[in-house]
Amino acid sequence: MKNPISNLLKVFESRIRLGIMSALMVNDTVDFNALKELLGLTDGNLASHLKALEQQEIILVSKQFIGRKPSTTYKATDRGRDLFRKQLAALEKLINNQ
Amino acid sequence: MKTNSTNPKEDLQTIREIMERSSKYLSLSGLSGIFAGACALIGAAIAWFYILDPGHVPYDEYMQIPLDWTTSGIRFYLALDAILVSGFAALGAIYFSQRKARKAGQQFWTNLTQRLLVHLMIPLVSGGIFTLILVFRNNLELVASVMLIFYGLSLVNAGKFTFSEIHYLGLTEIVLGILAGVFINHGLLFWTLGFGLMHIVYGTVMYYRHER
Repeated sequence: MKNPISNLLKVFESRIRLGIMSALMVNDTVDFNALKELLGLTDGNLASHLKALEQQEIILVSKQFIGRKPSTTYKATDRGRDLFRKQLAALEKLINNQ
Repeated sequence: MKTNSTNPKEDLQTIREIMERSSKYLSLSGLSGIFAGACALIGAAIAWFYILDPGHVPYDEYMQIPLDWTTSGIRFYLALDAILVSGFAALGAIYFSQRKARKAGQQFWTNLTQRLLVHLMIPLVSGGIFTLILVFRNNLELVASVMLIFYGLSLVNAGKFTFSEIHYLGLTEIVLGILAGVFINHGLLFWTLGFGLMHIVYGTVMYYRHER
């Protein structure tokens, strides 16, 4: 899970996933369409990254109905926030060492 | 967007950009809550041990006694106590949250901040005015209750613009305010619980969830 050389987490090797987590760090919840617009991705691409993050228990998915429209929202877990912060710290360390 | 990141500098830039672009929420610092709670506890201790001077002055919110120097003097100092506590707590809240925003490379005073302040101030100012009305009408027994309820309402109102913990703190204050209305004559106790203890509890939760 950890890249042994630089402490970077494998799950965050994709910049898309970093982007997803960034949005979830500063908002309580974000819905699917907002993420799609924010990151400029296709439905399928976004969905697969979200699935991976959900499997690692980094985010929580919540499906509801607003009237008759289905709405899926995402939220960072405490563990996810923790891992993201560690990733940030590792990135900053890398930059300072360069 | 490039998918595989081997460039830490660009990664951090992306992170910062997305955080700014998606931020509908103001990042308040949990330390603000802890600091505010501590101020309130100190204020309550001062009120209890110095101003009210247990043993010499009976703590009686029904103070219907004709206005003599002692009761109006006490009221004045209690009011001063409350105002100073609020002032310090507010300054502390701004200081810690500004500090948190600066550390994250974000702005603190944005349009979002202004909207939050407006939503906070409406119930707060109304509550303040109503509290003064109660004081002038000598209805002191409801002052603590009213202060807590209006403060809770202002938090719930402003809570839409920031972390959900603020929303729940607001609900807690409303409940405490209602209880203070039921258990009359324990105003200082509920005031201490609501403005002191609860701020510390929620501030700590916020700090551990969003900052540590």
